[in-house]
Amino acid sequence: MSNATFSTKRAFLLGYRDALPFFLIVVPFGTLFGVVGTEAGLTLAQTMAFSTLVVAGASQFTAVAMMIEHAPTAIVVFAAIAVNLRMVMYSAALVPHFGRAPLGMRALLSYFLIDQTFAIATNKYAEVPGMSINQKMAYFSGAFWFMMPVWIVATYLGATFGSAIPPEYSLDFAVPICFLALSAPAMRNFAFFMAGVTSIVMTLVLIFVPFKLGLIIAAVIAMIVGVQTENWMERRKP
Amino acid sequence: MITASSTTIWLVIFGLAAGTYLIRFSFLGLLDGDKMPLWMSRHLKFVGVAVMPGIAAPAVIWPDATGGELDLARLLAAAAALGIGMWRRSVLASVLAGLITLYLALYLFG
Repeated sequence: MSNATFSTKRAFLLGYRDALPFFLIVVPFGTLFGVVGTEAGLTLAQTMAFSTLVVAGASQFTAVAMMIEHAPTAIVVFAAIAVNLRMVMYSAALVPHFGRAPLGMRALLSYFLIDQTFAIATNKYAEVPGMSINQKMAYFSGAFWFMMPVWIVATYLGATFGSAIPPEYSLDFAVPICFLALSAPAMRNFAFFMAGVTSIVMTLVLIFVPFKLGLIIAAVIAMIVGVQTENWMERRKP
Repeated sequence: MITASSTTIWLVIFGLAAGTYLIRFSFLGLLDGDKMPLWMSRHLKFVGVAVMPGIAAPAVIWPDATGGELDLARLLAAAAALGIGMWRRSVLASVLAGLITLYLALYLFG
């Protein structure tokens, strides 16, 4: 499909469809948050508020874990927000796609901005050149409207029935697989591959940096490596 | 067990929700229009591959489930998810390759 000749409704359905594989990931992750939240002593309303208002699993786990350890409230909030700092870069990367939308629409799309919607949408926009802003917004929203209800229902089931999927299923590993599955299809040439390798190596090297800020530093270095590799590839062309 | 008062817990929820939302809104809210310097958009093109493999990496090398011990099954599963995902250019193929390899390897060696 080289030209974007599908309707807005079709774009929404494509986004919805492309998010379907994450069912396998979001169900165990959401269920686990529900269990951990209620076992830590959160009420059902509080657990559900985390998943509906924050919508960022890793930071929710961080907040609950730090409250269990009786960390001061300001530190809990700061550390959990730091986990989500990567989304500043997602927000910036979406400007070329959504920047011309009305402010209210951009405010709404910001709520829809999670790892999965970002990854599959930016990948789609790169693969299908010439998508209109309406098609892009519909695709992004479609992916979110699959992810969000599953996330909420999974949290609710975990919180209510209180049983996580047993550890022998090893679904602890669903999250790393998710992030590899999100980035692997985006490695469309050597420059993207080098950026990905840099991200892995530098995050491991910088693991000692507090508040998971090593991830952000690694990402900045990886983006620079990507651009430099692209320059090098350009120069090598006959 | 969380011993903080209900008010404190709600403060954490609303504080984290507001902070996270503002992070998501940051550039989308502040910049008007889709124009940005070329050097910036060239770098931002790489955001996905610059962030997400790094989120996975520590969990692959030091998995929580094994107490941080390097684990062959998880290493193979990660390699399969990455390799098949790059080859097939498909999220679904990557997720399935990762999960199937994980269970198969755990069954065989684990």
